[in-house]
Amino acid sequence: MTRPSNETARRGRPGLSRAADAVVRRLIALCAWVAIVVLGAIFAFLIVNALKAIREVGLGGMIAGTDWYPTSEPPLFGFLPSEVGSLWVTGVALLLAVPIGIAASVYLSEFAKGRFKDIAKSVVEFMAAVPSVVLGLLGLAFVAPVVNSVFHLQSGLSALTAGIVVGAMSLPTIISISEDALYSVPKELRQGSLALGNTNWQTTYKVVVPAASSGIFAASMLGLGRAIGETMVVLMLAGNSGLIPNSPLLAARTMTGTIAQEMGEVVRGGQHYSVLFAMGLVLFAITFAINLAADMVLERQRKKWRR
Amino acid sequence: MFAKVSNDYEEELHVKVSKRVALSLVAVAALSAFALAGCGTKSSDTSGTTGKPAAEALTGSVSVSGSDTMVNLAQAWAEEFGKTNPGVMVSVKGGGSGNGIAALLNKTVDFADASRDIKPEEIEQGKAAGVDAVTTVVAKDGVVIIVNTANKVTDISKDDLGKVYRGEIMNWKDLGGADAPIVLLSRDSSSGTYGFMVDEVIGKEGKFAKATRNLQSTQAIVDEVSKNANGIGYIGLGYENATIKPIDVDGQTASVDTVLDGSYPLSRPLNMISDGEPAGVFKAYVDWILSPAGQKVVADQGFVPLTK
Repeated sequence: MTRPSNETARRGRPGLSRAADAVVRRLIALCAWVAIVVLGAIFAFLIVNALKAIREVGLGGMIAGTDWYPTSEPPLFGFLPSEVGSLWVTGVALLLAVPIGIAASVYLSEFAKGRFKDIAKSVVEFMAAVPSVVLGLLGLAFVAPVVNSVFHLQSGLSALTAGIVVGAMSLPTIISISEDALYSVPKELRQGSLALGNTNWQTTYKVVVPAASSGIFAASMLGLGRAIGETMVVLMLAGNSGLIPNSPLLAARTMTGTIAQEMGEVVRGGQHYSVLFAMGLVLFAITFAINLAADMVLERQRKKWRR
Repeated sequence: MFAKVSNDYEEELHVKVSKRVALSLVAVAALSAFALAGCGTKSSDTSGTTGKPAAEALTGSVSVSGSDTMVNLAQAWAEEFGKTNPGVMVSVKGGGSGNGIAALLNKTVDFADASRDIKPEEIEQGKAAGVDAVTTVVAKDGVVIIVNTANKVTDISKDDLGKVYRGEIMNWKDLGGADAPIVLLSRDSSSGTYGFMVDEVIGKEGKFAKATRNLQSTQAIVDEVSKNANGIGYIGLGYENATIKPIDVDGQTASVDTVLDGSYPLSRPLNMISDGEPAGVFKAYVDWILSPAGQKVVADQGFVPLTK
C-alpha cells in the first residue's frame, strides 16, 4: 500500500530517501540482533533457573541418573529415562519421515505434473497446519490400536506409536524444504544430463538430488528439530513410564513431555522446578549441537557444490 | 523454525502461484477459528453474564483451578451457580490438584480444587509467599479401581493393589484372572488421585513400578482401560461408566453409601482451598456449594454429597 507514496518521495527528495535508507538499515540490523540476544537470553534464563538443581543434585547425576521419581521421598531426578525415550521417539520419527519425505519431494519436484502437483503441494502445506493435539487424538484412535495388535504389545501407548505420529508431523517440513531445494537446481544441469543420454530417473538420482543434497540435508535437520521438540503428541501417545526403554515398543517418557507435564505442578523456585529447567538446558544443548553439526555439514556441502 | 518454513514458502509462492497462498491462508484461518470455537465451548458456558443482574445481585469473578477428578463437578457448579447469579463469572480449569495449589500459591487463582489434602510443605511455601491456605471440604469421593470389561477379576485386597502398583505382582493369574501381564495405568504426579494412591496404597516408602504408564487425565485412563484387556487403572467415582468394569476393594463396592459411611477403603474428601477464609463473592460461592442446591450437583455428577 505504501509503495506508491514511497516512490514519489524517492523521486522527489533524494536526501530524504537516503535518510530513510539509513533508518531502515539500522532497523533491520536491530532485528538481526534481536534473534541473537533472545537466544542468549534464553540460555542465560535456563542456566539461572537450573543453578539450584545443578548445585543440589549435580548435572552429572541428573544426566546419567537412571530413576525419575520427582515426588517421592527422597526425590530421584535421573534424566536417562527421558533422554532415551526422546531418542527412540525421534529416531523412529526420522527413520520414517526422512526416506518418505525425500522420496515424496523428489516425485513432486521431478515427476509430478500439472494439477496433481498443485493439489499435492497444497495438501502437504496444509498438513503442517494441523494442530498437534489433533494428530495426537488421531494417533490414540487409529495408530495405537494398530501398533498394539501388530506387535502384540501390552498397550499401544509406546515410543513407536508416538514416533510414527511425530514422523507424520515432520513430513511437511521435510517435503516442503527438500522440494524447494530440488526446484532450485538449475534447468541447465537437467538438460545437460538428458543431453548426454541419461534417462529422467538417472538424471534425478545422479544429478538433481546430489546437487540439492545440502538443501535436503537441511530439510531433514529441520524435521529432526521438529521431532525432538514435539510435546503434545508424545504426552498423549508415548505412555510416559519411568522405564529406560531398550526398544521402541515400550512405554517411554521424553524430555519435552516430562517438562510439560510437571512444570505446572511444581512450586516456583523449588528443587523440582529447578531440575525441570536443568532438563530444559540439556534439551537446549542437544538441539543446539544438532543445529551446529547440521550447519557445519551444510557449509562443507556448499563449498563442494559452490551453491 | 516453523516461521522460516512458511516464509520461504510464501516467498516462492508469491512468485509462482499466489492463488494458493490465499487458499492456504483461508484454510489456516478457518482452522484456527475452529480451534478457538472449540476452546470457547469448553469455558464460555460458565459465564451466564448476559442476564440482567437482579436488584442486589452478586457481581464479580471467581477463578477455580486444580483437580482433574473434580473438574466436571466444578464446571457443573459454575454453571448452576451462574443460572441464579448471572453477575458472577466463575471460570474453571483442570490440570491436577498440584497445579491448582501451585496456582493458588502463585496467587493466579481464587480457589484450588484438590482431591487430596494440602501437603505441609505446600502450606509452608504458601506462608513464605504470603498465602494462608484454608481448606473447605466440599464433597466426598471414592477412588475406584477399574479393569477391562473382559477381565474376570472382581475383587482385590488393598494389600494386593499396593503390590500390583509397586510392580511386585505382575500377572493377572496371581489375582485369579487370566495368564496375562498387568498393564499399569496411573495419573501423572500432578494428580491428587496419584498423591492419594501414593499415601494410601503404594505407601510412603514404596514407589510406583517403573513400567507404569502415566496418563494426563482421568478420561485417558478410562479410554485406555476400555480398550486394553489387561489394563488396570484408578479413577474418581464420577468417571464410572459402562465401558469399564469397577472391581471391589477388600470386598467393598465403591458407591455413595460405602464412601459416606467410610466402609469403602479408598474414600477421600474433595477440597476447595482458598487464600484465607473466603469472603464476599467467594464466601457466597462456597456457601452455595455447601447448600442443598450445591450438594445436589455433587450427587448428579456421580460424586458423594457431604450429607445424605
